[in-house]
Amino acid sequence: MSVLHQPDPTIEYDVIIVGSGAGGGMAAYQLAKAGAKVCVLEAGGYYDPADPQYITQLKNPWESPRRGAATSRPFGDFDAAWGGWDIEGEPYEAKSGTEFRWFRSRMLGGRTNHWGRISMRFGPDDFRRGSMTGIGDDWPIGYNDLAPYYDKVDQLIGLFGTKEGLPNEPDGIFLPPPKPRLHELMIKKAAGFANVPVIPSRMAMLTKPINDTRGACFYCGQCNRGCVAYADFSSSSVLCIPAMKTGNMTLINNAMVREVHTDAKTGLATGVSYINTRDRQDYRVRGKAVVLAASACESSRILLNSKSSRFPNGLANDSGVIGKYLNDSTGASRSAFIPSLMDRDRYNEDGVGGMHVYTPWWLDNAKLDFARGYHIEYSGGMKMPSFGFGTGLERINGTYMDPQGNKKRAGGYGAGLKEDVRRTYGAVINMAGRGEPIPLESNYCEIDPNKVDQYGIPTLRFHYKWGEHEIKQAKHMQDTFEKIIHEMGGIALGPKPDASTNYGLARPGEIIHEIGTVRMGNDPRKSALNGYQQAHSVKNLFVVDAAPFVSQGDKNVTWTILASSWRTSDYIIDLKKRNEL
Amino acid sequence: MKRRDTLKALSLTSLGLAVAPTDVAAQKKPVKKEPPVTPGRTPEEVERDKKLYAQTFFTAAEMQLLTVLVDIILPADGRSGSASQAGVPAFIEFMAKDIPSYQTPLRGGLNWIDHRAKHLFGVGFMALKPAQRLEIIDEIAYPEEAAEAVKPGVAFFNRLRDLTVTGFYTTEMGFKDLDYRGNQPNAWDGVPQEVLDKYGLKNDPLYDAEK
Repeated sequence: MSVLHQPDPTIEYDVIIVGSGAGGGMAAYQLAKAGAKVCVLEAGGYYDPADPQYITQLKNPWESPRRGAATSRPFGDFDAAWGGWDIEGEPYEAKSGTEFRWFRSRMLGGRTNHWGRISMRFGPDDFRRGSMTGIGDDWPIGYNDLAPYYDKVDQLIGLFGTKEGLPNEPDGIFLPPPKPRLHELMIKKAAGFANVPVIPSRMAMLTKPINDTRGACFYCGQCNRGCVAYADFSSSSVLCIPAMKTGNMTLINNAMVREVHTDAKTGLATGVSYINTRDRQDYRVRGKAVVLAASACESSRILLNSKSSRFPNGLANDSGVIGKYLNDSTGASRSAFIPSLMDRDRYNEDGVGGMHVYTPWWLDNAKLDFARGYHIEYSGGMKMPSFGFGTGLERINGTYMDPQGNKKRAGGYGAGLKEDVRRTYGAVINMAGRGEPIPLESNYCEIDPNKVDQYGIPTLRFHYKWGEHEIKQAKHMQDTFEKIIHEMGGIALGPKPDASTNYGLARPGEIIHEIGTVRMGNDPRKSALNGYQQAHSVKNLFVVDAAPFVSQGDKNVTWTILASSWRTSDYIIDLKKRNEL
Repeated sequence: MKRRDTLKALSLTSLGLAVAPTDVAAQKKPVKKEPPVTPGRTPEEVERDKKLYAQTFFTAAEMQLLTVLVDIILPADGRSGSASQAGVPAFIEFMAKDIPSYQTPLRGGLNWIDHRAKHLFGVGFMALKPAQRLEIIDEIAYPEEAAEAVKPGVAFFNRLRDLTVTGFYTTEMGFKDLDYRGNQPNAWDGVPQEVLDKYGLKNDPLYDAEK
């Protein structure tokens, strides 16, 4: 195991990997295990969820002066992920009239440290939306190419779920799912009346141990805080740290990569330059192959900043496609107060970190006025109070009777208010739709010609607008939420989002599922990478985050990043064996 | 913990700052202690929190009024102590520094309350008798019924109710009041049978098949 602060200039690594999230972690793990000398460059610091200095799991809200408020971390003081949409000294912009919010986690494991662990395979249709609908493009690979890797990821990392036999929600190799919580049983029943299916969720927590190095879930519901038992998937605990233990992986933290170098004659990648964010000096690492896994936008930024006489528009960018087709999941949500969930018996229902049931896409877009589907995520229950707990009581406590059968007045104060908090605890649910967007050439990131970050690296400028399909999809989500709330006898909170807010459609980038900026394809004139995520024009350059993906389904792409990165790693090993790298 | 133990523990608040009950406490100088360090902070976050702890936002008079108001919102009852006994004023003071956009609405709201007292009774809120204080609170505590003229007071009181409830229920005292059972390792095996029965629900047999 080796953690370096400066590179050794005498070493030429077999592979340099930029980024330690899902894609980089998987490549590092597979390549190091295969015997390659791997150097992983991570822009942020070291992190291990089991190291006491980082542990926030099982802490109480009063251990934070802001009770876990999201002032310095977007998901609150106890969330494991450092960074966020706004990082001091690392600016970005959106072109006038458009917007994009870029979430970055500068740390070992990247954004796998806070993600929801929702792990759905793409289905066969998700690879061929272009030919199926005439809108968008097909992938150069299909479900059958990734299916064996999905199987391997299921077994290596572990996820729970149930075999459902749904055509576009392929089953995996599942651990037992956790039973639903009370509100989830009620949602399932109500959704049934509204003809909306609800099935066990598919998430990357170990409901049973799968090996000697990781414990089983102990149901604290806090996966986003990192797990001391390694019972959920984070790239740090499950991939990077084990990769280092092979002795073949060198990790360099605080290494902000600015450029990939190429040989002027061969056009092949020879290494990368990075700024050490602590001493702000420029360093160079040499390697026989370069694998980018810095996140969709960051990988495209590095390529666009890697200009040479051979690649004047950025490395591997003969097609000009790099940065284009940026797309994030759609998202819209609604909360409701459920009177039948008042006065609940108290027990621990923390469960796993997140939903125990969800709704996969269940309709036929051919019969709807928007082209792609969405799934619904549910939350609620007797959660641990933290900042924001009990707010907006005046919206709820005027809707029911007091124990004497008198209509209550909304708002108020005094002993009765405590009674309201106790009675309504665990009686609010939330539904969140996450949908597939149409990737558009006109949604892109590019290098801002006038700006640099604090390390002197040119920054990104975004151009992103939602289209009609996404807005109509959000409207459909809102209608569905109301149907389910109605069937539950619930009271939807706040006014129903309408056209003035795009039906509550989240701003681009807010769902943190962005993909597509270094797309793969069979035609080098229209894509930067081939189906193995290898640059068409630089055969020792690969991208293994979500940048290569042509589309994203409604499937939260992490599991596909893992499968595709593993497939690319096998391909790299194969090329090496054949001496073609 | 039994109720009498809870009551005994009341002078210790969530932040380790000694805040004794209501009006009396607010007149004392706050006890300065080394601020607690939140688990898992980055160096930048530790630095920022240190700076916030070193600042003071509310004046002594504002803290006094704030303390009276939060105890009107959440007074002690048979089950738990009051908001000030749970350290809510110190929490609100911290949040005003942590989220600067809270500062003007909170300070302005406290001033609005005082103006209202002078307008109706000729003296500031702190000089009012308990019944007079509640007369003003009743004007602004029920958003759906409040008069147009007191809308700024309603907005302030909604905000203060939010901060008070959040501040109270995110303490040990609040957890006990709520009878919160989570945040500890356990083996989840679904909704307890007696609860399922109460709601007429049952688990899908698939969960037993998958075991």
